[in-house]
Amino acid sequence: MPGSTDRSPLPLAGEVAERASARRVRAQGLHISSVAPHPPIALSRDGPLPLPRAGEGKATGLKRAHFRHSRLPLLLLLPQLLVLALFFFIPALRALAQAFLLADPFGNRMQFVWFDNFRALLASPEYQSSVWVTLWFTLAQNALTITVAGLLAFATDRVIRTRGLYRTVILLPYAVAPVIAGILWAFLFNPAVGPIAHALQALGIAWDPNRNGSDAFILVTLAATWKHICYDYIFLVAALLAVPPSLLEAAAVDGAGPTRRFFTVALPMIGPTVFFLLVMNFVYGFFETFAIIDAVTHGGPAGATMILVYKVYQDGFVHIDLGSSAAQSVLLMAFAIILTLLQFRYVERNVNYDV
Amino acid sequence: MVERARGTDIACHLILIGGALLVCLPLYFAFVAGSHTVADVLAIPFPWLPGDQFFENARTAWEKGNLGRLFVNSLIVALGITIGKIAVSLLSAFAITYFRFRYRMLAFWLIFVSLMLPVEVRILPTYEAVANAALPLQWLLDVLDVGAWIGALTGHRVEITVEWNMIDTYGGLILPLIASATATFLFRQFFLTVPEELCEAARIDGASPLRFFWSVLLPLSTANMVALAIILFLYGWNQYLWPLLFTTESDMATAVIGLKNLIPRSDMEPAWNIAMNAALLVMLPPVIVVVVLQRWLVKGLVDSSK
Repeated sequence: MPGSTDRSPLPLAGEVAERASARRVRAQGLHISSVAPHPPIALSRDGPLPLPRAGEGKATGLKRAHFRHSRLPLLLLLPQLLVLALFFFIPALRALAQAFLLADPFGNRMQFVWFDNFRALLASPEYQSSVWVTLWFTLAQNALTITVAGLLAFATDRVIRTRGLYRTVILLPYAVAPVIAGILWAFLFNPAVGPIAHALQALGIAWDPNRNGSDAFILVTLAATWKHICYDYIFLVAALLAVPPSLLEAAAVDGAGPTRRFFTVALPMIGPTVFFLLVMNFVYGFFETFAIIDAVTHGGPAGATMILVYKVYQDGFVHIDLGSSAAQSVLLMAFAIILTLLQFRYVERNVNYDV
Repeated sequence: MVERARGTDIACHLILIGGALLVCLPLYFAFVAGSHTVADVLAIPFPWLPGDQFFENARTAWEKGNLGRLFVNSLIVALGITIGKIAVSLLSAFAITYFRFRYRMLAFWLIFVSLMLPVEVRILPTYEAVANAALPLQWLLDVLDVGAWIGALTGHRVEITVEWNMIDTYGGLILPLIASATATFLFRQFFLTVPEELCEAARIDGASPLRFFWSVLLPLSTANMVALAIILFLYGWNQYLWPLLFTTESDMATAVIGLKNLIPRSDMEPAWNIAMNAALLVMLPPVIVVVVLQRWLVKGLVDSSK
């Protein structure tokens, strides 16, 4: 913080030392707070989870005071490993195997076909269009979600009265199942009965998500965003609360207004949280919007909202094209792993805003 | 707050009110639609104010959707996932942080790897795993050719087929959703912050590992368990894809699936009032949880990223 000593005209030696140590303490505090909100994270269905930090000790998180037993720990691990083996490892390996096999229409014979499933998949125009749809959908959803959540979090951080009430209301969609969120928005924009669709028609806008692909796309994006704003909002409010007031006060003394302070002080401080949320939004858009698509459009019209996860389901369960569905699963798995590793790399190079 | 700026404050309130309205908009219209008769809902223009049929519609929706039974199913599934996952995770997190044993790193990485793959990408093979959970055993029998061995020993040709179908069972709805190590890592991370002195003291006092776990570690973890339980309950109640695939009997469906079946399709009477009313009923339990236990929910979510 340049300028903090400039303003006191004649600092005494002791005062300077005191201030320096205070700054060190603050710097440490800062260090902790800038690291704490963005540890290495792994993607998962129900939330982010930490990976072991590098250099945490050779034994990777073994307590210094520990027990030495040979059988008891295995017994304790048994339920977890059993469930993982049955419903995680075996299915994942089977998907991998199936991706390289081709079954005849009656499922009697399997043939090993190397990368044929992948080659056919990547060449198919439906898959290519699905990739683009997914990309645009996640990007639009991501940008909208983080912008609106950021705006709301910024406002919440400034408001004192009725803050709790606003927070409760904005958190509500967290309780709403994705499929219900989809149903609610599908109703609002239903061309026959929906109040908003009526309003649009009254304004002379031809609105029909059942026929018009871009209308369907907008509707799905809106529903997905509505459901997810609360998640980003919770994290952003918490991160803004953790920004040290001394920094904001120093900026205010230097004459920065609330908006300027947000962009030059608070935003860089919460940058890691924002990055974390962007990745989580991608995870959400890619993997957790299945229910919304199923409730609102079924991937239609003409594949305009056919995101990759929905296509895996369609090809696997509706068209029973097992090889192709498995190949798609494998590609999605690879993508999920890449997302995790990207995140991991970024966190290792931790942006540190020590003052 | 650093300074008072009236203009900014008013702008902030306006932003928040706008956000709150955006959140409430679909909920409000669901309420309006859920409180009218079919004819009123289909009328043009749409009625902008609630009607007086809310309880009447709620009763119709409850009976038509068989929601009584489905709510019980949802409750069992959500609580099963919550309790099962917390119990399994506590034990395994305890094992990998507090014990030195052979294969510890192997166990650690097996659990760790499962964090990387979301459930949705392995839908189909997991479905097969649930349709016959004994599949691995069957392979083993086939590979070892046990049938032929028995045949050689006894002189009778024997075909061995093992099957354990979990479709339309609570186990099939609950177990695949427990199969991820997210909660394990949460507890592991928490155990690492527990002071070493506690375990040392327990060992000096001669406590067994399980005694230490039960009397020291568990009471310390209560706050984390509550926060996690809320997240898992919401997760379990709001499941859609799994129950959709794993249940064929309507009596084994969950409330969310039951609601989906009430949504009017093109060949049905457009009873949107019943459907919207049912939507409100089905989202009521999680909404109550979020509103009443909000503080814990926020703690749980934010902690889970640490």
